[in-house]
Amino acid sequence: MSIAAPEPKANMGRPEPRLDARLKVTGEARYPSDVPVGNPLHAVLVTSAIAKGRLDRLDTEAARAVPGVVEIFTAENTRELKPLEYTPGGGGASTSVQGLGPDIAHDGQIIAMVVAESFEVAREAAYKVKATYAREAPSASFGAAGLDEKPAGKEFPKAGDAAAALSAADVVVDAEYGTPTQHHNPIELFTTTCVWDGEHLTVHEPSQFVYGLKNSVAKRLGIDPAKVRVVSTYIGGAFGSKAQLTPRTPLVALAAKRLGRPVKLVASRDQGFTIATYRAETKHRIRLGARRDGKITAYTHDGREVTSRPDAYKVAGVSDTVRLYDFGTVATSVNVVHADRNTPGFMRSPPVVPYVYALESAMDELAVALGMDPVELRRINDVTKDTVSGKSWSSRSLMKCYDEAAAAFGWSRRTAEPGSMRDGEWLVGWGCATACYPTHMAATTARVRLLPSGEVRVQVAAHDIGTGAYTVIGQTAAERLGVPLAAVTVELGDSDLPPGPVAGGSTTTASTCSAVIKACDAIREKLVRAASTANDGPLAGRSPSDLSFTDGRAVASDGAAESVADVMQRLGTAALEEYAEYIPHGVQQDGIRKLYSGRAAMTGGPHGDKIMYALGAEFVEVRVHARTREVRVPRAVGAFAGGRILNPRTAHSQLMGGMIWGIGSALHEATEIDPREARYVNDNISEYLIPVNADVPRIDVIMVPEEDAEVNPAGVKGLGELGNVGTAAAIANAVYHATGKRIRDLPIRIEDLL
Amino acid sequence: MQPFIYQRAETLEAAAQAAAASRGSHVEAPVQFVAGGTTLLDLMKIDVMRPATVVDINPLQERYGAIATDDKGLRLGALARMAQVADHPSVRRDFPVIAQTLDLAASQQLRNMATLGGNLLQRTRCNYFRDVSWAACNKRNPGSGCAALDGMNRKHAVLGTSDQCIATYPGDFAQALVALDATLEIAGPQGRREIAVQQLHKQPGSTPNIETQLVPGELITAILVPSAPWTRRSLYLKVRDRESYEFALASAAVALDIADGEVREARIALGGVATMPWRAKEAEAALRGRRLDEAAAEAAAEAAFAGAQTHEHNAYKVPLGRRTLVRALLDAARLEIRS
Repeated sequence: MSIAAPEPKANMGRPEPRLDARLKVTGEARYPSDVPVGNPLHAVLVTSAIAKGRLDRLDTEAARAVPGVVEIFTAENTRELKPLEYTPGGGGASTSVQGLGPDIAHDGQIIAMVVAESFEVAREAAYKVKATYAREAPSASFGAAGLDEKPAGKEFPKAGDAAAALSAADVVVDAEYGTPTQHHNPIELFTTTCVWDGEHLTVHEPSQFVYGLKNSVAKRLGIDPAKVRVVSTYIGGAFGSKAQLTPRTPLVALAAKRLGRPVKLVASRDQGFTIATYRAETKHRIRLGARRDGKITAYTHDGREVTSRPDAYKVAGVSDTVRLYDFGTVATSVNVVHADRNTPGFMRSPPVVPYVYALESAMDELAVALGMDPVELRRINDVTKDTVSGKSWSSRSLMKCYDEAAAAFGWSRRTAEPGSMRDGEWLVGWGCATACYPTHMAATTARVRLLPSGEVRVQVAAHDIGTGAYTVIGQTAAERLGVPLAAVTVELGDSDLPPGPVAGGSTTTASTCSAVIKACDAIREKLVRAASTANDGPLAGRSPSDLSFTDGRAVASDGAAESVADVMQRLGTAALEEYAEYIPHGVQQDGIRKLYSGRAAMTGGPHGDKIMYALGAEFVEVRVHARTREVRVPRAVGAFAGGRILNPRTAHSQLMGGMIWGIGSALHEATEIDPREARYVNDNISEYLIPVNADVPRIDVIMVPEEDAEVNPAGVKGLGELGNVGTAAAIANAVYHATGKRIRDLPIRIEDLL
Repeated sequence: MQPFIYQRAETLEAAAQAAAASRGSHVEAPVQFVAGGTTLLDLMKIDVMRPATVVDINPLQERYGAIATDDKGLRLGALARMAQVADHPSVRRDFPVIAQTLDLAASQQLRNMATLGGNLLQRTRCNYFRDVSWAACNKRNPGSGCAALDGMNRKHAVLGTSDQCIATYPGDFAQALVALDATLEIAGPQGRREIAVQQLHKQPGSTPNIETQLVPGELITAILVPSAPWTRRSLYLKVRDRESYEFALASAAVALDIADGEVREARIALGGVATMPWRAKEAEAALRGRRLDEAAAEAAAEAAFAGAQTHEHNAYKVPLGRRTLVRALLDAARLEIRS
């Protein structure tokens, strides 16, 4: 065992290495753009240099003259693409299904695609496409002229009379917070390769939802979805950016059809900033009222989020933050601010990252105002019945997480006074915050086949976006059928497989493993029946409940056993195969039908009979140079409880990676927008900063054992999006502790502290 | 990237000859030299530079890539790789500021490839310069304007700017050389010459497209750093948004000769804040003959930024630059120098 592969504690599986680890580190894993196709053409996109207005003229003459250019696709010759309706949280955003002009709705809108015999030729020609525009003054973001601000819905969580409770409170915190635009920047770029075989289209594209992509591409092309296959075996990072249709895919498909050859597109890094989605800027006003003894009596949270002109995309994380503590009274609202931007979308922990950052900063401000330890403030306000709905929690280990993380961190040695923990020229600050993520389950299917040799094949069009899905799904089948992991083959990421959930909302493990368990149990049942009802077998007459499966055998409690091969011989079959559908409690019965048509059906978090969340506590140390004010994070400790942990190694990796992202969101990440032009300026990973190794010297992850039989059959809460929640608040709180300065707008930069 | 002719130069003369017909400013010349390729190839891929011919000078490395030291100082071949120089024991001992500017720059992979000559000539990271979809850039397209003046200019310069360009010189190594009065050997179509590193770069003025006083076809062949009593008490402090692999928001190269508690000589160059490697002579003068205490360091820092011009998002660079210099000076004064 090592730091990377922690010893399993109670209710944890084995820390198996990833099934795909060797393939990935040796370069053998074929990502979608690596898949060889016969005689491909290469496409390069041309994008708009304005955010609002009209494309007056597109001069393609010089580009067409470059030897090797085959065709240039523009608004003129792509009109046959069909419209697609925007559905919040699914389908394609309106800015993903617009034409290639003449109307320009956002910076970097695709206006042409050059297709050539080589990538180099296509790129050369793309620079020679000259556009002239009739530019209009765009509205970039908060504070710009010409924005359109509206409530994001009719109703947001509310409980009791928060205004009255605030005016009666002994202590009130009233503060505003802000978070910037962020882009996912997966290392694997946005690529698409389309291959037609007659009427049948195969799309090789990194996707977090192959059934969604299959169906939306088909609609946009006006063809039967049954004729589209999307293959996405390995995905080089996604974080939400590859969950929806982007404008490129139908365009590449159209080009391949028109030109009668496969077409391959690898969009450039800067184009990735505008042809896919992003995390929008948010602003928050929070008021917390409390009694002198620390009991919170009121919480109000008014959120504002930037979106595009046509789509009211919102994350509205108040529906999660109101669950966190016993607030007494609650009043919340969310507005969307329509600007001249492309539509934002999911980005790792979409609702909770900005909203929990704001709340957990305000919690720290309240602790300071009360003169109280911030951990104790959370203990006093720990909740058992939800303030808004009155529901109880399926399980809640928040204070266990706080206590374990605090002990590991050495929190008791903290002195409360800001600036009091100086070490030479460095001001030291310690801070903490809560991490939370709603436990989501999605409707899904799975198919499992067992051979007499003990070999198992699991098939589901779920997605491994680098999280370890292949491995935990394999472990689940191995455990359930009593075979070694090495005997299990897992196939994911192909729309020819039975449909799986969108790799979003941290649903994959909980949902897919629940479906796999169901399919395995159906196989077990057949085996058990055959073994126990046989006249002459070693297990004849045994009660089914007496039998378990291990090492390829059905075994009774007294040791009597029969090999699976023999049982199958008895059944007269060469393979046992089961297809199972898992419809989580709370999802309607047509959930699977919807899934086949590319619509995800999800439930959980606050929406079920019980409140279901994975929770954690994060502690960080920051050091701020007394003179030059660089902020560094030498160490961070996080303790997390997420129900059953199927694989402590992959879980550790997710949580650690999340905390690293959290450090980035606190100190580094921000997409800068030129306010005059509503255009992204630092659209590359040289200038869009994320932490490098030197920025994360030490991250300790503690997994707190937790059992929750109510969430789903797998007992899993899902923690892919847990680790990066709260980190930014913990850092902002630590910066306050180090310097006495409360920075409320992220990222925290040197100039904020001079 | 536009198609180009690739040539290999086996001799200096061949390199000069290949570029002899070139016109315009050094960076705009249709013939460009490539060594490590860490700047030129990037800029060609994003269509910012479009040379018709690229002359590979790597074959000259054996002749012009050596590191030599003697009593007079340090001689660095312009084709020495950054990592090679940073790891050289004499450089580390006698010219720590040079080793530090190299160590703190870029990433190990880039340092393994990039040469010293190319490092000195690296071009600005201004996002408006590096993205051809922005029409206004006087450096890229003279007379077109400057999108950064009223744009996102958090990382832009406050010293040596003009109303035509505020792009920051991004390098680190040049600051060490400027502080230590290093000189360059240059070979070109008109023969050989020697100039001070300080003379190499130009302020943007009304011609931001002319970045150096090199003419087309000229190559830096060697860097000479004179020995001096202050080279060992020297350091480079680089302040940036993250711990590694990032350009400076503000940096200071300082070298001090301190005797009997008094500054006999101070050499200071600033990075991350200026349009070119910035020698801070006023700051040096403010220190000469004084005890290097906090007040003296602050007076020097005040003098260094007296002429600063700020824009909407970079005003912080004045206090940050001052503090960086103060910290560097006080740290250098505290260094224990073993003979």
